[in-house]
Amino acid sequence: MNGPGWMEIVLTIAVTVALAWPLGAYLARVWQGERTWLDPVLRPVERVIYAGCGVRADRSQGWLSYAASFLAFSAASFVVLYLTLRFQDLLPLNPQGFKGVSPDLAFNTAVSFVSNTNWQSYVPEQALSTFSQMAGLTSHNFLSAAAGIAVAAAMARAFAAHRGEGIGNFWADLTRITLYVLLPVSLVLAVAYIALGEPQTLLANVTAHTLEGGKQTIALFPTASQEAIKQLGTNGGGIFNANSAHPFENPNAWTNLLEIVSMNVLGYACVVAFGRIVLARKDARALVTVMALFVVAAASAIYATETQVPPAQAAAHVATDVSMEGKEVRFGAPSTAVWAAATTGASCGGVNAMLDSFMPLGGGVAMFMMQLGEILPGGVGSGLYGMVVMALIAVFVAGLMVGRTPEYLGKKVEAREIKYAMLAVLILPLAILGFTAVAAVLPVALKGLANPGAHGLSEILYAYSSASGNNGSAFAGLSANTPWWNTTLGIAMLLGRFAYVIPVFAIAGSLVAKPKLAATAGTFPTDGPLFVGLLVGVILIMGGLQFFPALALGPIVEHFQALQAVAAR
Amino acid sequence: MLAQARAAVVSTLFFTLLLGIGYPLLVTAIGQLAFPAQAGGSLIRDRSGQVIGSALIAQKFDRPEYLHPRPSAAGSDGYDASGSSGSNLGPLNPDLAKRMHKDADALRAQGVKAIPADAVTTSGSGLDPDISPANARMQAARIAAARGAPEAEVLRVIEAHVSPPLLGIFGQPTVNVLKTNLALDTALPRGEPPRR
Repeated sequence: MNGPGWMEIVLTIAVTVALAWPLGAYLARVWQGERTWLDPVLRPVERVIYAGCGVRADRSQGWLSYAASFLAFSAASFVVLYLTLRFQDLLPLNPQGFKGVSPDLAFNTAVSFVSNTNWQSYVPEQALSTFSQMAGLTSHNFLSAAAGIAVAAAMARAFAAHRGEGIGNFWADLTRITLYVLLPVSLVLAVAYIALGEPQTLLANVTAHTLEGGKQTIALFPTASQEAIKQLGTNGGGIFNANSAHPFENPNAWTNLLEIVSMNVLGYACVVAFGRIVLARKDARALVTVMALFVVAAASAIYATETQVPPAQAAAHVATDVSMEGKEVRFGAPSTAVWAAATTGASCGGVNAMLDSFMPLGGGVAMFMMQLGEILPGGVGSGLYGMVVMALIAVFVAGLMVGRTPEYLGKKVEAREIKYAMLAVLILPLAILGFTAVAAVLPVALKGLANPGAHGLSEILYAYSSASGNNGSAFAGLSANTPWWNTTLGIAMLLGRFAYVIPVFAIAGSLVAKPKLAATAGTFPTDGPLFVGLLVGVILIMGGLQFFPALALGPIVEHFQALQAVAAR
Repeated sequence: MLAQARAAVVSTLFFTLLLGIGYPLLVTAIGQLAFPAQAGGSLIRDRSGQVIGSALIAQKFDRPEYLHPRPSAAGSDGYDASGSSGSNLGPLNPDLAKRMHKDADALRAQGVKAIPADAVTTSGSGLDPDISPANARMQAARIAAARGAPEAEVLRVIEAHVSPPLLGIFGQPTVNVLKTNLALDTALPRGEPPRR
């Protein structure tokens, strides 16, 4: 650990949070259908889409109708993507001549990209055609992100309304978020990434004749265009197997910084936009504070673990105090640590190093961040609504202590909302711990493990935490491209996205109809340090504590084994 | 319900065209026009135009006169640029300790005293084009002996290829192996003439 390392971690997070304010202000305008400088170009496109879809964009939907649209759109996306992957051999732009993807892998991958998880059971450069990457995956990177942000917009309207009915129009939200936010920002980022060294070509492979006379086949793809939205939309599905550890996906410190900033900035910006629309800017700032505190803490913890003496290096008498297995030289420990915290806090899932080779507690912190519910700052949109669920529980807990009906941002929080909130937050332990428990005793599941001992359990626990949290990163030693893993991880992703979001819609529907109350002397303030502390506690207890026994058997026991192994040298 | 289904299907197809075809093709066009070298994969060619490799992708070097990259877990023989991968060995996996021990002993047999971590660890991608400056300096004596050149000359070439961290803060100092080896061939030729 050294000064520049700490500076890098703090500056990276500070820049991200600072940029969220202007982006959040812009996002709020887009959510509310206000004029933006892109209107002259994009309004006509919008009208064409609405006409083609047969929707009236100005008609606000009730929560059931909005939820039905969200689900119908996700279902259509799933079918189109599934068919694209299954029949990629019959589709154009398949220069490598790849076969159609197997049914279980196509199911897993289609669920994965539609649920904004982007878990990858396959080696992309050896399985997916250029067409599948572009028309299949790149487009769903946009759409699953836009759908998530749409739900956040609906939640903002629910809090802003006074005895309202509708929570907005899903098709308008989807279209406007895609056209006005994701597409232009991705376009700028993609061109920047090319300038900084990322490839962008439709040519497939180049054969190099190396200096020592060997041959090397170099896989190329339209990389930059997917990299931009992969990070911005907290998708995380790499165009290469090694994801952003691959030098084509992340060639240098500049791209690394841009990729970290872009994978968190929209998550924070959703909170800022929420605050503007609900007229609760200070409360939004408190939520951003909680999110950023966790990311700083996690990045610091991982930086500390990755600069311990690794047991294997001690065994080989290599006297260093940085764990470089699975890390790239251009990033080293600090860039890797801040990335790992940002990606697991944000349900992005892109990685710039192999988490499987992290020190035990480093991998454990990454796992823990996912288990806290992917709200720090969370996936785009999903982070905001997940955090609102936690905030509702926090004010409820505070209300119980003083015996008052709690309020949050001018809305009374009653039994109904809390029941829905609990329904949502119980999905994660159910999916993560349930599947992990079964997989830990099933030979067909255990065959996929790459590492013995406690680390093997960590691989299982990590996989289901990642899938259920819609994160998508992995302890990548796990051979997940088998019917068991593809199917169960697919189900975990479906639960994490859709079983979570339906109660969230119900909360929005319940809140929108309530009157907006003015704050009184008896209102618990939700913009100060007291609330920040309470919310941190609720997140740790609700999100974290239930996973502690499982973590104790995985990363924590492995940590003590590592200490013992180093001490024995 | 039927209206929802229509909207879902039409919007999915429309956006697939816009975002899945239009957007990547537009970015490709801009990239190929404005930054053809990067967009093509930062390829390095010899005088005859044949591709030697990519500046961003590690390739295999094991002759003594060249700087060696980090060990690689990509593909069965390493450095498979169409199958990027880390080792994914856990920190306590006995295979990891065994592999490191073997690599470290090989370096010690060459007379190396202090071994930098990156010299005995595989990278996340298996294609890490860089090594740390300490790793590069560690190899200078071997390269100098193989090329029959003074070690100071080799070190001079290496130092010229050290890239500092961005603004001194972001990232780590690196030495690009392929570029440095090309420079070594130019500055300190030995035996057959260099291909560039």
